[in-house]
Amino acid sequence: MNSFFRYKQLLQLIITNFKEIVREPGVLFWGILFPILMSVGLGLAFTQKVNVVRKVAIIEEKSSSALHHDSISLKQYFQDASLAARDTVVDGTAGFTYTLLNDKLGNTTFIFLKTNWDNAMIWLKQGYVNVIMKETNGKVDYHFDPANSDAKLSYILLSGSNDKENADQIKPLTLSGTRYIDFLIPGLIAMGIMMSCMWGLSYSMIEKRSKKLLRRMVATPMKKSHFLIGMITVRVGMNFVESFLLFIFAAFAFDIRIQGNLPALFTIFIAGNIAFSGIAIFMSSRTSKTEIGNGLINAVVMPMMILSGIFFSYHNFPDWGIMIIQKLPLTMVADGIRSIFIEGGGFAEIAVSSLILTTIGIVFFVTGLKIFKWH
Amino acid sequence: MKPVIEVKGVHKSFKTVKAVRGIDLCINEGQFLALLGPNGAGKTTLVEMIEGIQKPDKGEILIMGKKWKGNENELHQLIGLSLQETYYTDKLTVLETLKLFASFYNLPVERCLEIMDIIRLTEKRKAYVVNLSGGQRQRLSLGIALLSNPKILLLDEPTTGLDPLARREVWEILLDLKKKSNTSMILTTHYMEEAEQLCDYIVIIDNGEILKEGTLKQLLEDNNGENIVNFTLEEVHISPELLIGNKRFNIQWDAVTGRGEVVLSQLENELPEFLGFLHTNNLRIKHLECQRKTLDDLFTSLTGRHLHE
Repeated sequence: MNSFFRYKQLLQLIITNFKEIVREPGVLFWGILFPILMSVGLGLAFTQKVNVVRKVAIIEEKSSSALHHDSISLKQYFQDASLAARDTVVDGTAGFTYTLLNDKLGNTTFIFLKTNWDNAMIWLKQGYVNVIMKETNGKVDYHFDPANSDAKLSYILLSGSNDKENADQIKPLTLSGTRYIDFLIPGLIAMGIMMSCMWGLSYSMIEKRSKKLLRRMVATPMKKSHFLIGMITVRVGMNFVESFLLFIFAAFAFDIRIQGNLPALFTIFIAGNIAFSGIAIFMSSRTSKTEIGNGLINAVVMPMMILSGIFFSYHNFPDWGIMIIQKLPLTMVADGIRSIFIEGGGFAEIAVSSLILTTIGIVFFVTGLKIFKWH
Repeated sequence: MKPVIEVKGVHKSFKTVKAVRGIDLCINEGQFLALLGPNGAGKTTLVEMIEGIQKPDKGEILIMGKKWKGNENELHQLIGLSLQETYYTDKLTVLETLKLFASFYNLPVERCLEIMDIIRLTEKRKAYVVNLSGGQRQRLSLGIALLSNPKILLLDEPTTGLDPLARREVWEILLDLKKKSNTSMILTTHYMEEAEQLCDYIVIIDNGEILKEGTLKQLLEDNNGENIVNFTLEEVHISPELLIGNKRFNIQWDAVTGRGEVVLSQLENELPEFLGFLHTNNLRIKHLECQRKTLDDLFTSLTGRHLHE
């Protein structure tokens, strides 16, 4: 067998694999459009100054004589507010609204709803409100779960609402590289690599096995390694296109810039692809049932999606947890890409990760190939 | 002449089933052999062992005198096959699918065009596999098997699930191949007609064992050339004992439908005798039909079941 023949076989495998992928309209959507939509959705949700509405339950003091009078006293509590409190009715409950104006953090509108303690507790349990203000002896007590950061924020805004002294010290971060979207895009690219390898390779491999196509192909003189290399090559190529398009979009829409070394970025990108391709081949090496494949892929993908700091930083986990999380392949890829995108990193930052990722990929690939079920 | 395929004392068991229990086969160059048997007879397991997909627990399989182990590459070149069910990639065209498989054998595009002509799919060359009919897909599968001009062709139920017309189209391709080449073929089927039409040697298997084998003529004559005579009578109300209890002839009588059946081995002598018997009993024949025993009848007489059961 001459080398040209082998080249021809591999080329044909790559061509057909490529055609197979691009002819599925779903590929275009899930591979390219979906990550972009996700970046738009999350990007807007976390970067725009939005007017937030917060509902608060208020329980007025039951001084039998003048209920009406008391409510005025609560209103007066906010009399320094930027906008005068206005009476309102929400879902049949009387109350009043009041808006904190803040051009740096965005406006916050509070809706205060008058109710009794029992009903306020039900609202709290339903999540309809997360702070209850109770007037006792002319003072206001705040009832909320201190572990609920959203409730805590409501409290801080409410309790400090007539204290404007600190407002001028807030300096919103608008510098490129420090925004949420700057954090998100590298994460989305890393996640794209993982998802695309795991679903694209594992799932289509299992499907080929269940359709007996794998069995039919190895009953020819086809080289098995060519078959796998062909699939992986096309997948990595597609990943490159998908990531590139996501980046181009983010560059235009959110002014994202790569601040670090490009060849280093390419290196960690390839290392991530090797790692996840290897894992994908390993995961798909035995089963011929797509349902089992589904479960296997999810078992790999879900924990990493949640833990690896794709959408939110993993630094809120306990220290021992962070130690483990940082060793996950997806974390290594995401952190690596992030360090180059926003920290201006280079080879020094990604060398170790890239090496580990490549090793992971090769070990899984070789093990997977050893136990691979062709029939 | 050296046999193309030799199967010697092959056994194969799965967890709960003994699929193949000691089978010997021998196929010579240019021979078309049918493995005929009902579903679950062990046909596919046997063929898959010959294809090298499964390994026998016991026994030996030689292809052109060679074992599978260590000779995979060489033997893959010799064998063209179609599995019972293969779903080729949906969104590839007929030509692209053929080109992919042709590349494994290092064949030029011209061979793909030739094959499309042989399997009569030239018009469909740009159609996606997903849009082909069942018969067209089977023909594509056959085309892929024939791509490399294989010395050995192994077809596992190539026409199952096809309508009679589509089945006939597959047969024509195979009969044409038989005329033009000296390819040897093993075909599994549960259609006796298919075995009769295509193959010069028929092996009937059931429960993993060979029940009977030979040419069609041998198989049917082996049964003393038995003939089946179906008849109905003018008389509607007759006592069944008259027919069923008969000692000379083995008559089966269905009182509900009013039909009878008798097996005669020597038509020339026994038919007049049978007619005489009816006459003596004042039974007049309304309708009489004489037919050769078929493979299905043979199978039924061997197992008590029909091939399709």
